Amino acid sequence: MQNPPVTQPMKLTVWTYEGPPHVGAMRVATGMKDLHYVLHAPQGDTYADLLFTMIERRDHRPPVTFTTFQAQDLGSDTAALFKDAAQDAHDRFKPQAMIVGSSCTAELIQDDPGGLADTMGLPIPVIALELPSYSRKENFGADETFFQITRHLARPVERTKRVSCNILGPTGLGFRHRDDVTEITALLQEMGIDINVVAPMGASPADIARLGAAHFNVLLYPETGEAAARWLKREYGQPYTQTVPIGAGATRDFIAEVRALSGSDLIPDDTRLRQPWWSRSVDSTYLTGKRVFVFGDATHVKAAARIARDEMGFEVVGLGCYNREFARDIRALARDMGLEALGTDDYLDVEAAIEALQPELILGTQMERHIGKRFNIPCAVISAPVHVQDFPARYSPQMGFEGANVIFDTWIHPLVMGLEEHLLAMFREDFEFHDAAGPSHHGHSTPRVPAETQPVSSADASQLAQPVASATAGKAASMADAPAPTDGNVIWLADAARELKKIPFFVRGKARRNTEIFAAERGMQQISVDTLYEAKAHYAR
Amino acid sequence: MTEQRPLPQSGCRNAPVLRERGQREVFCGLTGIIWLHRKMQDAFFLVVGSRTCAHLLQSAAGVMIFAEPRFGTAILEEKDLAGMADAHEELDREVARLLSRRPDIRQLFLVGSCPSEVIKLDLSRAAERLSQQFAPHVRVLNFSGSGIETTFTQGEDACLAAMVPQLPQTEARNLVLVGALPDVVEDQALSLLQAMGIDQVSCLPARRTGDEPAIGPNTWVALTQPFLGETAGALHRQGAQRIAAPFPFGEEGTTAWLAAIAEVFGVSRDVFDAVTAAPRARARKAIAAQAEELRGKRVFFFPDSQLEVPLARFLTRECGMDAIEIGTPYLHKDLCGPDLDLIADGPVLSEGQDVDLQLDRCRAARPDLTVCGLGLANPLEAEGLSTKWAIELVFTPVHFYEQAGDLAGLFSRPLRRRAIFVKGAPSGPVEGLSAAQDGRPAPSGKVGA
Repeated sequence: MQNPPVTQPMKLTVWTYEGPPHVGAMRVATGMKDLHYVLHAPQGDTYADLLFTMIERRDHRPPVTFTTFQAQDLGSDTAALFKDAAQDAHDRFKPQAMIVGSSCTAELIQDDPGGLADTMGLPIPVIALELPSYSRKENFGADETFFQITRHLARPVERTKRVSCNILGPTGLGFRHRDDVTEITALLQEMGIDINVVAPMGASPADIARLGAAHFNVLLYPETGEAAARWLKREYGQPYTQTVPIGAGATRDFIAEVRALSGSDLIPDDTRLRQPWWSRSVDSTYLTGKRVFVFGDATHVKAAARIARDEMGFEVVGLGCYNREFARDIRALARDMGLEALGTDDYLDVEAAIEALQPELILGTQMERHIGKRFNIPCAVISAPVHVQDFPARYSPQMGFEGANVIFDTWIHPLVMGLEEHLLAMFREDFEFHDAAGPSHHGHSTPRVPAETQPVSSADASQLAQPVASATAGKAASMADAPAPTDGNVIWLADAARELKKIPFFVRGKARRNTEIFAAERGMQQISVDTLYEAKAHYAR
Repeated sequence: MTEQRPLPQSGCRNAPVLRERGQREVFCGLTGIIWLHRKMQDAFFLVVGSRTCAHLLQSAAGVMIFAEPRFGTAILEEKDLAGMADAHEELDREVARLLSRRPDIRQLFLVGSCPSEVIKLDLSRAAERLSQQFAPHVRVLNFSGSGIETTFTQGEDACLAAMVPQLPQTEARNLVLVGALPDVVEDQALSLLQAMGIDQVSCLPARRTGDEPAIGPNTWVALTQPFLGETAGALHRQGAQRIAAPFPFGEEGTTAWLAAIAEVFGVSRDVFDAVTAAPRARARKAIAAQAEELRGKRVFFFPDSQLEVPLARFLTRECGMDAIEIGTPYLHKDLCGPDLDLIADGPVLSEGQDVDLQLDRCRAARPDLTVCGLGLANPLEAEGLSTKWAIELVFTPVHFYEQAGDLAGLFSRPLRRRAIFVKGAPSGPVEGLSAAQDGRPAPSGKVGA
């Protein structure tokens, strides 16, 4: 998570947080109108279409033509193939502008789509993209593509008479971009500010040409819009907002920033903001000090960490991001919170961090949702990578006042509710109301370890007649249930292990971890029931 | 061998083929790893490729199988592209690390991708080197799943073909079923064959290393999938003979496939009828229930899995549908000939693809059902055309008698679903995603100033 390295070694990857950079370019093209992307790419790269038609449920094909070359073409003329595809795409779709570029394989055959397109004399602007597939990723691809489109198409125009702004950053396949744009558009309108252009999402090349008419820019997603915002500031003197309005506090800061930029003295109506009272109401007392781990893209992590600490009353015990372009910000934020940031795009590193910290709630991505399932730790999703579930039918923004309400509900949902927590502790042996059943509002969602992840040496309660040595149970072991491993040599005595099982599942991981740390710090070799309760007293708040 | 539906006056075997070259909206062969890794439980598939390959596997899997899957991608970085020596060393290091972490792996496939093919990274050399290093516990093989060499199901073909030279040899008379089928389906086939007295039967791929079939001059091979041409060729080179037959989809296909095997193995008519009568009747009954909705309806196939020809045979012969166009990535006339013979002349046979031209033909024809890939399904539905995602046909048990009704059901369900919405609430194509941007739902504050 240092500066973008160009000489990383080959790495074995199972799941990725970001796709390749040309997928970022597709997100920009698919968000826009009357723009077409001609992508020099081998057969098979068209899989990316389904991200849009299936995950986002788009009712149109992405405006992307793939050359889909095959081995037999490599010996002959892939350049001609590219030119034919570009000409056909132009004739069929009649776009106002085209972007052209290479996917990872086409980058290797060095056909230079930009140069080829130049020789064709197409009657529309053609913008060449250079997206290094072997060192950069999806967010970079989106940011760079939007920047190049802006740089090539924006024209000097007069400012609008009334104060107006552009909204920059939303793309196709963005995490809640659809609803965030709706929410922030309405918020700005309530402040008497006109929206000049929303881009890339919904904008045509003609709209990009008149970006300069706005008085300032609202940068909703730095990951995908910051390069363009910086360029517009330099070229057209448009300042841009620094606050991303996710959470009640950030939304108020954003409003203050917009008032300063626009001179607006109108205050948007916040009577529908329920989150602060929902947090203060007594039912939420049980949220106090819940230990949360935050991971995702930097923008959403920054916002979530602030909400978690200041607006929900959680304790942030770990945070990190997968996009190294913003790693510095996240490191600074972590330092402010007395933590060390986790910067990685390897989900196994994230899993290891979560396993070690045993948080009570994960605020993460779909990856962390699965990690949480494995460790029996509740998780709420706050960031891309996206999943079909991240495109709900209902209105569900993350930003603005309604976004704050949505976030409150979303984060609370996976947790056991306040009074239920106490009842579980009192009646943990009840055959229906036992802790293995999980939160009662989730139906019969008995947490279960998938067959493939069964640890080889499971330390299940029935085997606890013998003291369980801290062994090398697999990474995949069900940590919340099995009082097995620490990396030291602390041993759980059988009665202590049984006692641990009586602790409700949602705090068992924390109890186990605290007890082991307590024992290790005192050089104890064994954990007895007394050790367990001494540790409990020690850590009592 | 048994009573059959009347043969068409003229089949499709010699019909002209429309060959197109343009954008091909298909998966590459890496996609096969999604089902192959579930089938071979002690195998690991290591793709040597780019972030795109990893992203494809993640996206094509649809839902992420978060139990640590038995596949992964060694992502080539700029450094690897500069010099070969590096890439081989790094591959060795990653393989050593993987095998020490996963002692359950007995078979490792190094899978070539577009980038590894283009930079000519020699994975067969790597496989040989690593095989020696990790023998006898782990066998290392290689095949290409790259998009420049393979289309979708051809990845399975390349994988199975790579296994053939390693298979033990035999002089015994035996039968080998070829194709990665769900275990439950494979067991049904084995039990039917056993009931006919054919018991020297094994499967490629085997579920576990050590159960592989032996091959020799007295081996007979029955393909269960139409896309296994390269594997069939490799088996032929080892001396095995192939039993030509329609593929075992539906009642008719399954019966013809079993009958061809029965003939080779000298099973009597009485025994054959006794074994197949009850499941045949069940299959016919199950198909009939679904065929109600399919009879007289028109179907259009976009090229995808190479299952298109046998499925067109099933839908036209057993479900009463009319085929308008049967598009397939590759037309193996040799393997699909018996199916083509059974399809009445008439539909356009197309090989390869120019997706925009094919979409033009499809829109003009307005078929009742379009079989296509995931990238096209929702856009066509939004235009009012019912679709069946082709990928479901390789992820779902559809072979042999007991699945014949399910197979028909895969095609009838989209039609039934559309009929529900015609009767029920008004629907129709949505206006586009940006339509929602104009107004927030019922904000209580005033909008505008």
